Amino acid sequence: MPCLLVSNGRLVKTVRFRNPAYVGDPVNAIKIYNEKEVDELILLDITATVEGRKPDFSFLSEVADECFMPLAYGGGICDIDDISRIFSLGIEKVAINSYALENPSFVEKAAAVFGSQSILLSMDVKKNLFGKYRVYGRGGRNGTDHEPAAWAARMERIGAGEILLNSIDQDGTMEGYDTTLIRKVTEAVTVPVIACGGAGRIQDFKMAVEEGGASAVAAGSMVVYQGKNKGVLINFPSRDDLKNTLD
Amino acid sequence: MEQKIVIVDYGMGNVGSIRNMLKHIGFRAIISGTLEDIRNADKLILSGVGAFDSAMNKISGTGLLDALNIKVMEEKTPLLGICLGMQLFSHASEEGLCRGLGWIDATTVRFSFTGPASRLRVPHMGWNTLSIRNPHPLFQGMPEDMRFYFVHSYHVQGAQKDMTLATTHYGYDFTSVIAKDNICGVQFHPEKSHKFGMKLLNNFINLM
Repeated sequence: MPCLLVSNGRLVKTVRFRNPAYVGDPVNAIKIYNEKEVDELILLDITATVEGRKPDFSFLSEVADECFMPLAYGGGICDIDDISRIFSLGIEKVAINSYALENPSFVEKAAAVFGSQSILLSMDVKKNLFGKYRVYGRGGRNGTDHEPAAWAARMERIGAGEILLNSIDQDGTMEGYDTTLIRKVTEAVTVPVIACGGAGRIQDFKMAVEEGGASAVAAGSMVVYQGKNKGVLINFPSRDDLKNTLD
Repeated sequence: MEQKIVIVDYGMGNVGSIRNMLKHIGFRAIISGTLEDIRNADKLILSGVGAFDSAMNKISGTGLLDALNIKVMEEKTPLLGICLGMQLFSHASEEGLCRGLGWIDATTVRFSFTGPASRLRVPHMGWNTLSIRNPHPLFQGMPEDMRFYFVHSYHVQGAQKDMTLATTHYGYDFTSVIAKDNICGVQFHPEKSHKFGMKLLNNFINLM
């Protein structure tokens, strides 16, 4: 599934969570995905938390109205009422990331109110100076002591219905997923894990699923860029191409 | 002449994506809760997410109940119920105390699993397929691999076999598409089911 990043209503793409490059208008991108048989879309506002902003509800309303597939939104979510409002706009799932690190019981509360199936726990993981995987908060800026597998398992226990696992080191590289990281997390939980970070070709999806044990795969650069020079082209592999590779 | 398609607005969830999907496939629809628009409608769409009782209270409270009954039961205007909109066709729901529209002899019940299916989560949320039980113009030209997006904890139960157009399996087979004369209902969300949803809405608009 496509994982789209937005910042101030603009569609951007990062490399290792840095240098967001403008790649277009998010609503236009969604209109293109509507034609491509995309089964689910993830939209993350990567600056809401850092800038201390709430979700941009009027933007989300516009997005939801144009999105002919289920949609998950993350960014700046730290209030139960905000989640209600997001769902009332016609968005199916929310992703909680930084605020889960600050206040883990928020995930429990959100799952109790809305049901686990609509609460995605999003986690950003990077290798620290000593080469150990650690969960980072606030868009990769804040390091924590949390080891990814243990963090995912803890979040599952308190109600997260799905895990969106982002590899900061692989983000935007298009060099393939970190299947070791994916494997560590998928072995620790029973809920679906969506792998994100590093997809450059369809074969990478297969590796994330077969070697990593991911239930689903998300792609960023691959679905907004084309070719070595990274020309912007909103695209998505056809169902036949996906089938032929994954079967 | 252009058909007047009205998406009934009674304050239960966002219907913008239904209007936009119709626009995308070439039909102009309006979102309205006024008696005049409903009176003049050639096609009606009744969607909704939320609780059964709040939906029925809103339909009764806004005076839409009589208008819908006349349009649907007397004038036989085609109406498509989506998700909760389909459940409202039944007499009553386990979710509440209010009487439903009662257009179809059935009730709405909560998913209840026994045995190995007990581990299944409620709501049923995700893509799923249909098993066609009765052919219907709604399915015309639909690809064999059709699948639709569902989000629901309740489903319609006990409808007559000939009205049950399709079932879907989640723990057991439940009624996912229903039709009686001019009334059609789908438990899934066509507006979130990209090309399959577009096909289904197109077929509904083209019903006589």
